[in-house]
Amino acid sequence: MSPSAGGRATSAPIMGRDAEPTLFELSSPGRRAASFRTTGLPEWEPEELVPGGHLRGEPAPIAEISERDLVAHFTRLSHRQYSVDLGAYPLGSCTMKYNPKLCDDAASLPGLADVHPAAPAALTQGWMELLAELEQALCRVTGMHAATLQPPAGAAGELTGLLLMRAWHTERGNPRHKIVIPDSAHGTNPASVTLGGYETVTVPSDHRGLVDVAALRERLDDDVAGIMLTNPNTLGLFEEDIAEIAAAVHEVGGLLYYDGANLNAILGVTRPGDMGFDIVHMNLHKTFAVPHGGGGPGAGPVAVSERLAPYLPGPRPVLGDDGAYAWQTPSKSIGRVHSWHGNALALARAYSYILANGGDGLRRVAEAAVLNANWLRTRLRGIYDLPYDRPAMHEFVASTSTLKKGKGLRALDVAKRLLEEGFHAPTVYFPLIVDEALMIEPTETESLQTLEALGDALERIAAGDADNAHHAPRTTPVRRVDEARAARQLIPTWDSRE
Amino acid sequence: MGHYVPHTDAEIVQMLTFLGMSSLDELFASVPEVLRLAGGLDMADGLSEPDTLDAMERLAERNRRAGRELVCFAGGGAYDHEVPSTVRRVAFRSEFVTAYTPYQPEVAQGVLQALFEYQTLLCRLTGMEVANASLYDGASACVEAVNLAVSATGRQTVLLSDGVNPNWRQVLETFAAGTGHDYIRCDVVNGVTRWPDDVQPAALLVQYPNYLGCLEDLAAARQLADKTGALLLVAFDPVAAGLLHSPGHFGADVVVGEGQPFGTPLSFGGPYLGLFACKRDHVRRLPGRLVGETVDADGRRAYVTTLRTREQDIRREKASSNVCTNQTLIAVACAVQLAWLGTEGLRELAVRCARGTRYTREALLAIDGVEPLSDAAVFREFAVTTPTSGDVVVERMAEEGFLAGVPLGDEYGERGLLISVTERRTRDEIDAFVAAFEKVIR
Repeated sequence: MSPSAGGRATSAPIMGRDAEPTLFELSSPGRRAASFRTTGLPEWEPEELVPGGHLRGEPAPIAEISERDLVAHFTRLSHRQYSVDLGAYPLGSCTMKYNPKLCDDAASLPGLADVHPAAPAALTQGWMELLAELEQALCRVTGMHAATLQPPAGAAGELTGLLLMRAWHTERGNPRHKIVIPDSAHGTNPASVTLGGYETVTVPSDHRGLVDVAALRERLDDDVAGIMLTNPNTLGLFEEDIAEIAAAVHEVGGLLYYDGANLNAILGVTRPGDMGFDIVHMNLHKTFAVPHGGGGPGAGPVAVSERLAPYLPGPRPVLGDDGAYAWQTPSKSIGRVHSWHGNALALARAYSYILANGGDGLRRVAEAAVLNANWLRTRLRGIYDLPYDRPAMHEFVASTSTLKKGKGLRALDVAKRLLEEGFHAPTVYFPLIVDEALMIEPTETESLQTLEALGDALERIAAGDADNAHHAPRTTPVRRVDEARAARQLIPTWDSRE
Repeated sequence: MGHYVPHTDAEIVQMLTFLGMSSLDELFASVPEVLRLAGGLDMADGLSEPDTLDAMERLAERNRRAGRELVCFAGGGAYDHEVPSTVRRVAFRSEFVTAYTPYQPEVAQGVLQALFEYQTLLCRLTGMEVANASLYDGASACVEAVNLAVSATGRQTVLLSDGVNPNWRQVLETFAAGTGHDYIRCDVVNGVTRWPDDVQPAALLVQYPNYLGCLEDLAAARQLADKTGALLLVAFDPVAAGLLHSPGHFGADVVVGEGQPFGTPLSFGGPYLGLFACKRDHVRRLPGRLVGETVDADGRRAYVTTLRTREQDIRREKASSNVCTNQTLIAVACAVQLAWLGTEGLRELAVRCARGTRYTREALLAIDGVEPLSDAAVFREFAVTTPTSGDVVVERMAEEGFLAGVPLGDEYGERGLLISVTERRTRDEIDAFVAAFEKVIR
């Protein structure tokens, strides 16, 4: 094994493999960590503060733990967790790139973090300028006209986009009923379509792994509200016929929705607006390095072309003639989609990332992401199946189909063996149109040395014994987890244990 | 600048050669020429780290932050609570911050166990049996609660109290355009919701305490829900739960709320934390992720996301929720803060908020011209009317060094102001606030 492998995390400081007790097992009656400010206020009793019918008898049982034990507990938990800061995370579609630390500091500035969201505009001009500038930067990156920063996640952005489509068509007399989605799409797309009040019509991929344009034409009529596309798609391939697709959809009066999950591949190279898209959502937690936080928070802004701008959610920060920002809700707004102004601190992180990278740096991000993906794809040729073996963008899909037939090595086995090798696993069994899929996205922040180590590890795994792989992982804090049992004998809380 | 791309020029050449390419442009051969962006992005070049931080600081300096210079009495869904050092130092360890969704449980036990503990804490607080691993914010939690109720009852109409946070109600209305849900607005009379009893709704949605700070009659809401076969959805205040009966005590079917008070600074409104808990009967309709306990191949305790068949990526168009990314990191911070507070500390926190609120309210109401919006009992927030509009009061009070509250706007009367008092407010601050208030309303 190469000792220089940058992204490998086999040296993780795990002291042992005992389970960490829960907070509730560490509790001891009467212990506490809490500490309060001295206020000098009258010490009224609970009975003097709340009418009897509302007053809780016993305190809500929480946990009773010292600060020292609490810190130790969560520190030990953190040692049982893989993360980007620990090693490479080639999780396809998820864009687990390194997140610059300066963005953490930018988002922690008290002048950003300690601002009340309902404070009058006169007191929050810095925030409003930041948000307005970020809207504009995102419009430049996507080639769109205006944006909302409210959607707190990609899925929320999708639904916002679909409601924009609905509002647009409704004003033209008919909201229409159908949304076209490729069979390679993320599962959130059809779920969002349902919540947007539409029906999903699936269009197949052709032998190239791209949208089958002839099949798409058969599905288009004046009841189609629009199409949702990811470009590059979930196979990591650029939809080369996008101009023709856009023309066909626009011809029946439909709108084009761009799922920005893979926007990182085309930063500074091409723009959804130039491809003919009307609505674009972005995952700032993928493309613009907002860390994923173990599953969130993210941010899913939506940018639109000029004709859809009046429908955007509001309020939005708008620069007035007096040089001051004011909140304005667009004239035909679909309404609010967030309690306040979106995941503001995540937006601030993304803005600092954009400032630090600049237009030149963002292009470099796309170049390196695509270079890394193609290097690794080429490295794995002849070792794994490459069902669509053509130049990929930021990610590619491999398969263990042949290895499964030959010796019973499945995508899941590869994933678990890779954990033993000190790397996070790729996305497996997605997209659904590929058998035994391994969806691999190295991202631009991994070095050539890390890619070499990852390629070596994947080769070792493919060459290795399948029975051995079935028992992986063995070096992780726990071994394969019984998922069926978790669902069958549901234990969703400590108190629901027998 | 591209400081975060590690490749040297020599490595780029080496890698391109491996691919049989001679330039980076060749990587994008599949992008039709006509779509290529000539001349790059119309944006400034990248900045160095110090220059970036300077630019961010200049923006931050143009805000007036809550603190000694602007003492915060504003709430309305965003509260100025203490965030202890423990939370800042522990919940934001980079292992938690830079992890992905725990799809590989063998290397994600840290996040999974923290979420399992969060779910347990939220159930203890709400009196419910199941909680998910979080939603985006208070508004999204309300939306998902309604989706659950509609799915469970097969009815489309929901009774929506005017006492629910108005921003959250706007979000409910926005998403109803897609789902077709029909909301019947229910007035708040003297601080408490008046429900119509001539409809058969999917659910009643009520906030406790409500937006105006008042304690709603949840027993009456439960009775009406029983009579009409509706679900009772309660948007609760997790701080209030330290002192008040849990929504579960009153028979809530689903409990939602805004978790920002535990571990999250004001943050200009996000990222916050959507709290969602329900009775076990509804677990198959639970939106978002759920962590369950199980064992590993060696029989040792382990955690994993479970009942995955509920989730959007499996159910696709049959899904009743599209939630994927949630607010895991904020949920971890919430769990750390709740554990830090502990059983007695949570109660003390609630008592301290209620003491400050009572003290402030009594002092303000003693001022000539300041009237209560209602005489219903309040907990940590209350509404008053003044001779001048709420907006003007807030503007003038800012000059005195206070964020005086949240103006109530047209719905509740334009001269209304919603005032919130957390455990951070001292007697000296409150006395100065009241003195300034008396001056500015004239």
